[in-house]
Amino acid sequence: MLGLNGRDTTLLVIVAALALLAPFILNPFPTDSGLAQFNAGYPDLMQRFAIFGIFVIGFNILFGLTGYLSFGHAAFLGVGSYAAVWIFKLFTYNVVPAILFSVVIGAIFALAIGFISLRRSGIYFSILTLAFAQMSFALAYSVLSNPKFNLTNGETGLQVYADDPQMFHGDHLPNLPHLFGLSMRANYEMSVGAWDFNFNAGYYVCAALLLIMFYLSMRIFRSPFGMMLRAIKSNQTRMTYTGLNARPYALAAFVISGMYAGLAGGLMAAVDPLAGAERMQWTASGEVVLMAILGGTGTLIGPILGAGFIKYFENIFSKINDNVLHGWFAFLPDGLEDFIVAILHPFIGKGWHLTLGILFMLVVIFLPGGLVEGGQRIGRLFRRKSGKDDAEKATQSTPAE
Amino acid sequence: MGILEVKNVNKRFGGLQALGDVNLSVEENSVHAIIGPNGAGKSTLLNVLIGKLAPDTGSVLFDGQSVLGRKPYEINQMGISRVFQTPEIFGDLTVLENMMIPIFAKRDGAFRMRALESSVNEKEVLEQAGEMLESLNMADKRHFHSASMSRGDKRRLEIGMCLAQNPRLLLLDEPTAGMARADTNNTIDLLKQIHDERDITIAIIEHDMHVVFSLAQRITVLAQGSPLVEDTPDKIKGHPKVREAYLGESA
Amino acid sequence: MDAIILQILNGLDKGSAYALIALGLTLIFGTLGVVNFAHGALFMIGAFCAVTLQKLLSLSYVVIDETKTDFMGNPLKVQAPYVEKWFGPEIGEAIINWSVPLAILFSIPVMLAIGVAVERGLIKYFYRRPHADQILVTYGLAIVLQEIIKYFYGANPIPTPAPPAFAGSVDLGVALGFDPNAIIYPSWRLIYFAFAALIIGGVFSFLQFTTFGMVVRAGMADRETVGLLGINIDRRFTIMFGIAAAVAGLAGVMYAPINSPNYHMGMDFLVLSFVVVVVGGMGSLPGAVLAGFLLGILESFASTTWATTTIPGINQVIIYLVAIIVLLTRPRGLMGRKGVMED
Repeated sequence: MLGLNGRDTTLLVIVAALALLAPFILNPFPTDSGLAQFNAGYPDLMQRFAIFGIFVIGFNILFGLTGYLSFGHAAFLGVGSYAAVWIFKLFTYNVVPAILFSVVIGAIFALAIGFISLRRSGIYFSILTLAFAQMSFALAYSVLSNPKFNLTNGETGLQVYADDPQMFHGDHLPNLPHLFGLSMRANYEMSVGAWDFNFNAGYYVCAALLLIMFYLSMRIFRSPFGMMLRAIKSNQTRMTYTGLNARPYALAAFVISGMYAGLAGGLMAAVDPLAGAERMQWTASGEVVLMAILGGTGTLIGPILGAGFIKYFENIFSKINDNVLHGWFAFLPDGLEDFIVAILHPFIGKGWHLTLGILFMLVVIFLPGGLVEGGQRIGRLFRRKSGKDDAEKATQSTPAE
Repeated sequence: MGILEVKNVNKRFGGLQALGDVNLSVEENSVHAIIGPNGAGKSTLLNVLIGKLAPDTGSVLFDGQSVLGRKPYEINQMGISRVFQTPEIFGDLTVLENMMIPIFAKRDGAFRMRALESSVNEKEVLEQAGEMLESLNMADKRHFHSASMSRGDKRRLEIGMCLAQNPRLLLLDEPTAGMARADTNNTIDLLKQIHDERDITIAIIEHDMHVVFSLAQRITVLAQGSPLVEDTPDKIKGHPKVREAYLGESA
Repeated sequence: MDAIILQILNGLDKGSAYALIALGLTLIFGTLGVVNFAHGALFMIGAFCAVTLQKLLSLSYVVIDETKTDFMGNPLKVQAPYVEKWFGPEIGEAIINWSVPLAILFSIPVMLAIGVAVERGLIKYFYRRPHADQILVTYGLAIVLQEIIKYFYGANPIPTPAPPAFAGSVDLGVALGFDPNAIIYPSWRLIYFAFAALIIGGVFSFLQFTTFGMVVRAGMADRETVGLLGINIDRRFTIMFGIAAAVAGLAGVMYAPINSPNYHMGMDFLVLSFVVVVVGGMGSLPGAVLAGFLLGILESFASTTWATTTIPGINQVIIYLVAIIVLLTRPRGLMGRKGVMED
């Protein structure tokens, strides 16, 4: 289907089902129950899942296939956001032109930065992208927000003001980003028994784009172009002496991933019409690296899992505090309860980054294939067990024959 | 006029004259070996031929066109393929994919964006790659992870990848270095077979005299950066200058 | 003229920090072949060694001072540091005031221990893995170290003053033959520069004049051959990692009075130090030092009012601009060697 083989089609269908049914799947706990805080089915978080999913799928096309480790992809996300907000300010709140423009701007930036950075490989490349991203951050944060020429509005962040031109804005349209009149904040709440489910227009726009982008990345992975990108990672010497010019291939991958990042940035602005420089900081670039590695680079589904994992637990961990922990371990004797809570204390609440850092190190050290490899190993473990049973049966049956 | 003409090539590294006035002509469809003791300048010459090093003076013509100043991938596109001392293959890819890439490179050139087409729909590339693997007796290994194969198989695959491009000149850099005797003989047989079946020129840089004398039709002996003699294997065997260069015997 | 000298001096303190961090990065990269993203975190931990020692020395008990009363007329409770009890009020106070220089002694064993532990416990296993994996695991380590510091010391900067003797400024202008008040320069920054020069000189002479240093330099040039000579290069490299960590830590200790330490100062310095290393030339120790000072001074010139009014924010981007230009025109950096990290 759609030019995909059977397994890929299945994967696409699964991802589509997960994305479309996310409001149900992510809200498994009744609204009034104590576990409701582990629900993730509210619009803001679901949008972040989809947006970071797009961001990391694009990053994976570069890093997963070519092995070029960029530490500056947040820059493209940031310029995508600025581009979208400028469309809102100057022309219209309709998200379609804003998103298209953010993709174009992401591509232009990626082309310029990639053209220079890809003159070097290995760590030089990582450091160059890092330097470019930090420079873009500094430009956005201070250089381009002076009274003479205010492109980014500095620390405050770029937003839409009442006196902005908004040339094509009509009175009948919502005063917020919208899709041909459908406000991105439009929300339909469905109550079923003790459960509440949110269906949010902004989320579904993001989810639809996530699916399209996921599908495109599948096509790229399975294309001759994707094969060339893997050849870059595998052996550049052989590639060159096979008559292939590795640089335009790598640059094309870089620009494609920059467009994904620009799209993600545009979507961020579409669900919340604001663009700030902090989105471009190199720690934000680091976050997408974490997502890709944690999920499993070079695999199709891994990066999305990584993005979902990090965004979900970031959200949940920040809600857990000592009281919650005491609640969980109340069944233990008091001394032991206090002891366990004291041990866990550094890792919860604001300690999420510590947990994430440790988790990330463990994955890099022991599980270079990320969550996907972890899943495969567990799967193999089970299969080997059942395989052994089969073998035993086989040996047992031999004498009988 | 040979297919490869090296004229008056000089290359210095600081105080060391790595190549001094090298003149060399490789006849079309011949097997030409370049031999010489360690430090004779064999690797430097090879690096000049494939565009990795620029000589200080002189010219290198392939089929009448200069290769100097061209990038390695451009030289490959001209029809020169190279086999390395340690096999250079795409270790992360399957054997079949390894074989498809050179065919794509031959068909589509140094760069062509085919991002939304499907590799499995490339019938003719798959067919060619399959045939090539068949002729290498590797068809049963097509889905192997190529890094996990034996060194002999990697070498075979690498030579096959070069042949898949139908090059006019195949350059080999000590193709049997570090190989067991059996693998060495297999490689010799493979190269003989290739030369019999195709219109191809083979230039081989080699240490192992057994390999050289089993394959070569012409031999150039390099010593201290310059060609000492060039002749047929029979004449080279007993040549006093060669004995001197190799063994330090006075003639 | 005096304005130019002032800007050069202003660039020296940051330049010294860049040079010291970049020196350690280069040592680690040159010897172990590992790109250490946690090096900024080591600098930060050094600064927190100073914070910790100051806190330890200021540990106090409460006494009731009968001679003074609070506004209610009750005897006043006074915090009295233990050191003042043990060594007498004057020496005790001096010890507290001089806690930053004292932290040098405190930090050397701490940083060496951390460095050796990190190398033996983690980095060792990454020698044979791709550079990307090395970057990733040290990046993870940097996050963990920084979050641990944040957990214990909080997110806010902690003021860590220099000894009162160096708290003021000196009028360098008079010494150099300019008008008084033309070049006023904080004393501690001069100390910092002198200290950095001392450490850099120390590292270089250590590498130049000791057998240990000779082996390490040989190892930097050709690790395999040195290994073949039957020299245990691994143990030396472990020690080298410890030394590099100590250099970064010392840079951090002495930097504490210049900028109050906070948990993310390491990350802030890390990016710039990488730029310094790349500009200097990957694997070149003199290059790292030279580029460190050059970029520090350049940044200082770009921060002048004249520069920032001409091109707003130029001080924020100048280093990156220079780095990009250098890399485009001299891909190996100012003093880089051929063949280092070119795969």
